[in-house]
Amino acid sequence: MSSLSIQHLLGLQNVPKEDIALILDSTDSFLEILERPIKKVPTLQGKTVVNLFFENSTRTRISFELAERRLSADVVNFAASSSSVKKGETLLDTARNIEAMKVDMVVMRHSAAGAGHFLSERCTSKFINAGDGAHEHPTQALLDMCTIRQKHGTLEGLNVCIIGDIAHSRVARSNIYGLLSMGANVAVCGPPSMFPYDLEKLGVRMFTDIDQALQFSDVINVLRIQLERDAGAAFPSLREYHNAFGITRRRLDALGRDITVLHPGPINRGVEIESEVADGPYSVILPQVTNGVAIRMAVLFLIGTRAE
Amino acid sequence: MKILQNIIDEHGFDRMLSRLAHEILERNQGIDNLAIIGIRTRGEFVAQRLAARIADIEGRSPDLGVLDITLYRDDVRQHLRQPEVRVTDITFDIADKHVILVDDVLFTGRTVRAALNALMDIGRTRSIQLVVLVDRGHRELPIRADFIGKNVTTSRGQEIRVRLREVDDIDAIDLVSIED
Repeated sequence: MSSLSIQHLLGLQNVPKEDIALILDSTDSFLEILERPIKKVPTLQGKTVVNLFFENSTRTRISFELAERRLSADVVNFAASSSSVKKGETLLDTARNIEAMKVDMVVMRHSAAGAGHFLSERCTSKFINAGDGAHEHPTQALLDMCTIRQKHGTLEGLNVCIIGDIAHSRVARSNIYGLLSMGANVAVCGPPSMFPYDLEKLGVRMFTDIDQALQFSDVINVLRIQLERDAGAAFPSLREYHNAFGITRRRLDALGRDITVLHPGPINRGVEIESEVADGPYSVILPQVTNGVAIRMAVLFLIGTRAE
Repeated sequence: MKILQNIIDEHGFDRMLSRLAHEILERNQGIDNLAIIGIRTRGEFVAQRLAARIADIEGRSPDLGVLDITLYRDDVRQHLRQPEVRVTDITFDIADKHVILVDDVLFTGRTVRAALNALMDIGRTRSIQLVVLVDRGHRELPIRADFIGKNVTTSRGQEIRVRLREVDDIDAIDLVSIED
């Protein structure tokens, strides 16, 4: 199979395993392009992509923009902070107005869960979700899975634990859906106050003890404590969080075996992860960033050239 | 699909590859600065065979690579079909090399156009020469091959089917009809 069954990439929930596998399989081709002296192919020439970011973002927006430009798409950036949204325009009006300027694809980040779903049903462009509230962030989960696969060769049967504020994390949610589809065993670890209520239904194991979680894991995905999202309300202090759940070199070395450490960034050094781990041999944090551009190229290519 | 005529059989295939290898070496006076690059999928295997043949003759192997041209195709943009994208695997620097570009069949020339663009994005070669097993005519672009296994006159409703041991368990080139 070489074509996606989905028209938009809004999340990984209910996305068939074949689609996820196709995106992951296509990524190698784009990684190779990133190694070339001329990092550009003409595939999306003449297509226009709008990056519609209603929430601040640096790395995801740059990653998408690089991916778009490397496929030769025309790119328009929109930041809500300096826009008509400030003047009271609704989401649908903003989207329809931009679409009236004849764009082909929209990459959107929004603070409201389901914003992408809402617009994709009312507009003709193809939508790619770059994060909607605490709901999903599919390209981040895809790049995480791609990075894990690079190191372990497969996702099937791997034990992957997501550590941190699960309830508020779109990265966690997308990872859980994607990893389960691809046959990994998924667990979460954190303070119970940060677990969403529907985890058990999904078949996800829950740990409240970090050392037990590490024993279980081939791979850990350490989430950022989102200080700006009032995450602090779920535990007494950052120091206490670090003592209970912080990933330290000592804890990992005590395992006496290899373990792969991911982090979606940006890192709060010394809170959820120690510098020595982030910069150390277990970490694949920088490969994640490189893979991010390639995976977004793969998604843009597969969505943007999908046979009608 | 109906086979109209067998154009090349197993033995003919070997002889053809040998002749092409000699022609390439004669034109380029050896394998200094020579690189063989096959276009996926079947060009890849033809390139491997040619490289092996050249190594037999010269006593050492030329650089060998594979080019995937999916991202350079002009029909992808029109949403006609979505071919599978595969990896380009060229581990050497093609700058200042004489590149022998290998494909199985030369038809409209659009694949070769895409391959030329792809190569130019990878590096500035000294020259690019094209070798094909079969030239079946019906060009839509001003492109020609430097080395040709066989010229075959075809009509639009016909196709050249190349089968190779690596994927099809047999070496054969047939003229087939795609109209019933």
